[in-house]
Amino acid sequence: MPSLHYEYQVSGDDFTRAGEASSDIKNKLKQMGVSPSAVRKAAIAIYEGEINMVIHAGGGAISVEILPDQIAMELIDHGPGIADIGLAMQEGYSTAPDAVRSLGFGAGMGLPNMKKYSDEMTITSRVGEGTTVSMVVRFE
Amino acid sequence: MNLEDICKLLQATLLTKNNNLKKVVHSAFSSDMMSDVLAYAKDDSILITGLCNPQVMRTAEMMDLAGVIFIRGKKPDTTMLHLAEDIGLCVMVTELPMFNTCGKLFCAGLNGGVSLDA
Ligand SMILES: Nc1ncnc2c1ncn2[C@@H]1O[C@H](COP(=O)(O)OP(=O)(O)OP(=O)(O)O)[C@@H](O)[C@H]1O
Ligand SMILES: [Mg+2]
Repeated sequence: MPSLHYEYQVSGDDFTRAGEASSDIKNKLKQMGVSPSAVRKAAIAIYEGEINMVIHAGGGAISVEILPDQIAMELIDHGPGIADIGLAMQEGYSTAPDAVRSLGFGAGMGLPNMKKYSDEMTITSRVGEGTTVSMVVRFE
Repeated sequence: MNLEDICKLLQATLLTKNNNLKKVVHSAFSSDMMSDVLAYAKDDSILITGLCNPQVMRTAEMMDLAGVIFIRGKKPDTTMLHLAEDIGLCVMVTELPMFNTCGKLFCAGLNGGVSLDA
């Protein structure tokens, strides 16, 4: 079966443009006729990840692989990394400054939400080197 | 109620073209935190917010919301409105503050659009 690959660069300096990659991915899935509920799950998960990349890590790269029955999404950044992933996964834990909160983010809900909407999720991170988040959403 | 009824009830100004104003909405979610909208809003509901930046449109897009109501006369700029039109999102602005906007919609039968499971 063929698989489709797409790569996106996410800028860390332009908050207004955050979400463009997620929007493109969502539209591609829709056009392929993936079920609306699976499209929504993938869109929410990747958008949370894209926003995190912009507000916490100064941008990064997203690569996706679409197969007939699933989408695998990888978000790679070279930001500050996450010291305690277990803590970061807790609802309500956030290190976002007030400036981010005034933009409507920083409630500490993103990572738990990515976990909720993806079927598989792994985070690898090293302080001072960066973070990689991998997620899979299966099309039911 | 449909989007047109909502617009009338709130004496709101419709800011986007080509909307499906007959689309029926059963629930609404109000917040200035997009984090909470992403975590809790139901699809096909309407978002009531005082936050005005492009990520409001993006959040509504990812969540499959039917529309966005900006309160207290917070009018999105043309870039935001173009984005909303590309997405197919209905956008309106009302002069009412948050509490009154929510109160009117609640009394008219809309319920909180909270989904506590995926
Ligand atoms: N890519 C990343 N690089 C560095 N730190 C991160 C990254 N993603 C998340 N974090 C850390 O994990 C914390 C929790 O992330 P999460 O997405 O759950 O919440 P948030 O982004 O702070 O707020 P919200 O997602 O509700 O807007 C962040 O505050 C940040 O400290
Ligand atoms: Mg986040």
